[in-house]
Amino acid sequence: MMRSLYIASSGLNAQQTQLDVISNNLANSSTTGYKKGRAVFEDLLYQTIRQPGAQSSQQTQLPSGFQLGVGVGVVATERIHTQGSLQQTGNSLDVAINGSGFFQILMPDGSTAYTRDGSFQLDSQGQIVTASGYPVQPSITIPSDAQTITIAKDGTVSVTQPNNTSASTVGQLQLATFVNPTGLQSLGENLYAETASSGSPQVNNPGTSGTGTLNQDYIETSNVNVAEELVNMIVAQRAYELNSRAITTSDQMLQNLVQIG
Amino acid sequence: MDHIVYVAMTGAREVSRQLAVVSDNLANISTAGFKAELNTFRALPVVGDGAKTRAYVLETTPSADYSPGVLRATGRNLDVAVRGQGWIAVQDASGKEAYTRMGDLQLSVNGVLQTGNGLPVVGDSGQIAVPPDQQILIAKDGTVSTVPTGQGQNSVTIAGRIKLVNPPQASLVRGEDGLFRLQSGQPAPTDENASLAVGSLETSNVNPADALVKMISLGRQFDLQMKILSAANDNDKAANQIISVA
Repeated sequence: MMRSLYIASSGLNAQQTQLDVISNNLANSSTTGYKKGRAVFEDLLYQTIRQPGAQSSQQTQLPSGFQLGVGVGVVATERIHTQGSLQQTGNSLDVAINGSGFFQILMPDGSTAYTRDGSFQLDSQGQIVTASGYPVQPSITIPSDAQTITIAKDGTVSVTQPNNTSASTVGQLQLATFVNPTGLQSLGENLYAETASSGSPQVNNPGTSGTGTLNQDYIETSNVNVAEELVNMIVAQRAYELNSRAITTSDQMLQNLVQIG
Repeated sequence: MDHIVYVAMTGAREVSRQLAVVSDNLANISTAGFKAELNTFRALPVVGDGAKTRAYVLETTPSADYSPGVLRATGRNLDVAVRGQGWIAVQDASGKEAYTRMGDLQLSVNGVLQTGNGLPVVGDSGQIAVPPDQQILIAKDGTVSTVPTGQGQNSVTIAGRIKLVNPPQASLVRGEDGLFRLQSGQPAPTDENASLAVGSLETSNVNPADALVKMISLGRQFDLQMKILSAANDNDKAANQIISVA
């Protein structure tokens, strides 16, 4: 069958993936700590159908050959870990990271996940947990009679209690950094897991070793740029149309061929 | 059967091959740094006794279209695009030097600077390994500098310099993996004048209008060949009828 059919269908697949990624970005344009995704395409292998320099007669050679690419492939959907903007909420358990670190979260299966979403809450024991209820590591418990909670830029968590004029420290938040944060696996629920390509986490106190500082009363907004996504969507739609046009053309050619007999 | 059938057949075959090239260009309309494949038909006259009535056609891809694509700002610190002419040197699967314009760089787990599809970038002294530092800055000339962990913002170390080359376009060939190489197989010398736009990616240089018009034209050319085939068929039928009457 005609090659152009399969080549154009690889183009349709690529644009479909592009649209999937754009839709996911747009859907998460208000998700705290969300990092936008991007589909990465590459040209697939090339077939040399005729080598340049082949003989066109006994004395002469063809000056150029015929090389045919077989379409496009999606290499990856990578996350772009640029900083989102910080939005003030006034909630004392909202913590935004200004830098490249991640909070560590203890998953129900005992593994550690990582997140940029610092909209924390307290569970029934006073433990600091994520919105999904997973405890933050290292575990910090806020006493039930705490009046105010202060999370310092360096991650120190302190509370003031009745009948006590000075604040008492109850824990220390730590941040993990990765050599290649793009290599983290997305788990959903704003969580990421370490993979072989992200490298192992380097855990440090906030404000040291490039982890970034913490900002209490703030959340980090999604880094999706809606205007950019809309432009990408227009491009993806038109590119999809062009590729489907190539399929139509091939189809009409085949139809013409069949009608000859 | 008349020769006409074979001439029209090669016409139709080569038209459908050229459509494959155009489709490949269209399929790669969103591939960063992609260079469209140029294509052209070549006449192959049959030389011999008698009148020169037969010229077969041959589809050829003389070279890639090296015109630059549009730079698209992404704001990501590891996205680079080559300004104007020039290439980023990478190591291909066999460890040899090859050239690409696809500049969505990443760090491998060992901190080695690589392209989005995992090919290590060639630096002035081998691969560029970036320690797990606070910030990575790529300069216009390809110098990769970092601010080491636990030190002030004004202490900067240089991890290496991305090798940028700009060999004559006529000496470049596209390999079967889509990377470009010198025809001679030798590495190209570093070009001091090539420069990068950091925080941008180069879009594919496929011109959609051009490709679409070409596609329509190819469809019509194919129809024409089909017309010739059916004309040849009709001629043959008519000739057969004469024979059967006699």
